[in-house]
Amino acid sequence: MATTTTIVPSAGPVAGSRSFLSRLREGDEIARMITFLFAASVVLVTVLLVFELWQGSVLARHKFGFNFFHTSVWDPIFEQFGALPFIYGTLVTAAVALLIAVPLGIGAAIFLAELAPARVSDTLEFFIDLLAAVPSVIYGVLGVFIVVPLMRQYVQPALKHSLGFLPLFQGPAYGVGFLTAGIVLAIMVIPYIISVSREVLLSVPRDQREAALSLGATRWESTWKVVVPFARAGIFGSIFLALARALGETMAVTMVIGNTPTISASLLSPGYSIAAVIANEFTEATGELHTQSLIELGLVLFLLTFLLNGFARLLIVTTSRRGSGMGNV
Amino acid sequence: MQASVRPALSVNLPPIATSALARETPEALAMRMTISKLDFFYGPKQTLFDVSMGIAVNKVTSLIGPSGCGKSTLLRTLNRMYETIRGARLRGEILLDGQSILAQDVTALRRRVGMVFQRPNPFPKSIFDNVAYGLKINGSKLPISDAVEKSLRHAALWDEVKDHLHKSAYELSGGQQQRLCIARALAVEPEVLLLDEPCSALDPISTAKIEELLVQLKDICTITIVTHNMQQAARVSDFTAFLLTGQLIEFSPTPQLFTTPGDPRTEAYITGRFG
Repeated sequence: MATTTTIVPSAGPVAGSRSFLSRLREGDEIARMITFLFAASVVLVTVLLVFELWQGSVLARHKFGFNFFHTSVWDPIFEQFGALPFIYGTLVTAAVALLIAVPLGIGAAIFLAELAPARVSDTLEFFIDLLAAVPSVIYGVLGVFIVVPLMRQYVQPALKHSLGFLPLFQGPAYGVGFLTAGIVLAIMVIPYIISVSREVLLSVPRDQREAALSLGATRWESTWKVVVPFARAGIFGSIFLALARALGETMAVTMVIGNTPTISASLLSPGYSIAAVIANEFTEATGELHTQSLIELGLVLFLLTFLLNGFARLLIVTTSRRGSGMGNV
Repeated sequence: MQASVRPALSVNLPPIATSALARETPEALAMRMTISKLDFFYGPKQTLFDVSMGIAVNKVTSLIGPSGCGKSTLLRTLNRMYETIRGARLRGEILLDGQSILAQDVTALRRRVGMVFQRPNPFPKSIFDNVAYGLKINGSKLPISDAVEKSLRHAALWDEVKDHLHKSAYELSGGQQQRLCIARALAVEPEVLLLDEPCSALDPISTAKIEELLVQLKDICTITIVTHNMQQAARVSDFTAFLLTGQLIEFSPTPQLFTTPGDPRTEAYITGRFG
């Protein structure tokens, strides 16, 4: 997706030749100031957010320092707080979600944009947009009543039976856990990936397809080797959107992850995520340190999202220097 | 190149086209492609009416006419590119070397009938990869780098790009990009090269280079070019077809069409009375 660098329109040679007052009267200057204000408010909100999280977690930061990031005890009674299980749970569930959602979502987008008749594509797009608008608590309910029992009775036993020799699929089948949370998250983010990727694929110029076809490429070769690479930056954009959503998703994850701060190699094990623990404990936190630790968790989540997004952008810049036709990030 | 050594097949032409050509050229010209009684439809709308003509081997044939006359449509039937548009269909017969193009595998056909488009449309890849693309998907047995060099030389681009083959094609100028697209099309050694107003997005100097190139390329393949520029048709082509509202009005050797047009409508068009 083309990231727009916010460029404040500078007074060009034409504008410069007129006086400030006349520019003000004609509206150019007013439009410039107002739009600049709107653009600046984005930066302002971000800075305020970080500032508040930083201020609100001062006690916890002083007490635990860097230990906060690599200790696993979360004990409100003895006021010991370590964020590692939550960071782990957040990353693992997001990774599982993307592992499932990226191939499915991009595959569906390719079908809708390249292969399906226009009417089918537009109809399905309507339903996909509808799915993207479903509140996350509904997905949570769906998870609790459908995915969790299915996982407990069929999927997890089958996984243990066939792949149980891997540390990934060991331990009792509770139904809830990292894998279940990842699957529910995948269901939630797939519509984003499909919707954005489809738009991006549809916007690939027609002459790129025709160039490939005219060289004797089959329809699939032109899609896979020309259209998809051309749209690569935009498809990555859809994945970032999905990643951001998966990292921060609260309600649905809380309902199916098991809410136990454990670090386990097994995806069947119950776990916890940053967003889930904040949602569950914030209103009931009694001690000042407990509240501040939760705020610090918020700061950690912010940093995590920030770092992952930055890393992903770097990935695009390095891979699409030549190769992608759109979105010079 | 392969195309030039392949024996030319003599093909039975429909009466109109044969008479027009045979009168002007004593030796019976071999036809690479033959179009007979072609009707073309976009959905319910008919855009070509009973077009019959031949594309002579190793000659440049140009299609001229005002906007919307069906010249691009006609060009796009020759490699079946029209099939990418929903609801497009044709009636009639188009032969390539005596065989119906409609009966053959479309990807095989397009390897034999290459195309260059109105706007330069290189892939967002390096110069080298652009030219190599067709070779790679067709599983060419030739050493690819030799074939790439050969195609770039044919397209008169080699000297300008040989030192930075791995730069992005997007760093080239518009005219260079269009010559790169020609090189890309030539790399798969097509027998026929179709060009759809290849200079309409280019400046005069780039246009002149491409025109010069087309005249040279006749030796290795048969060329059909759509142009809205009558001077261009006069400069580069051996035969010119004039189309108007989907009908082939006149098809003759280029000097004849521009000096002694046989139809008053052709005369009106080339003297600039419409279009």
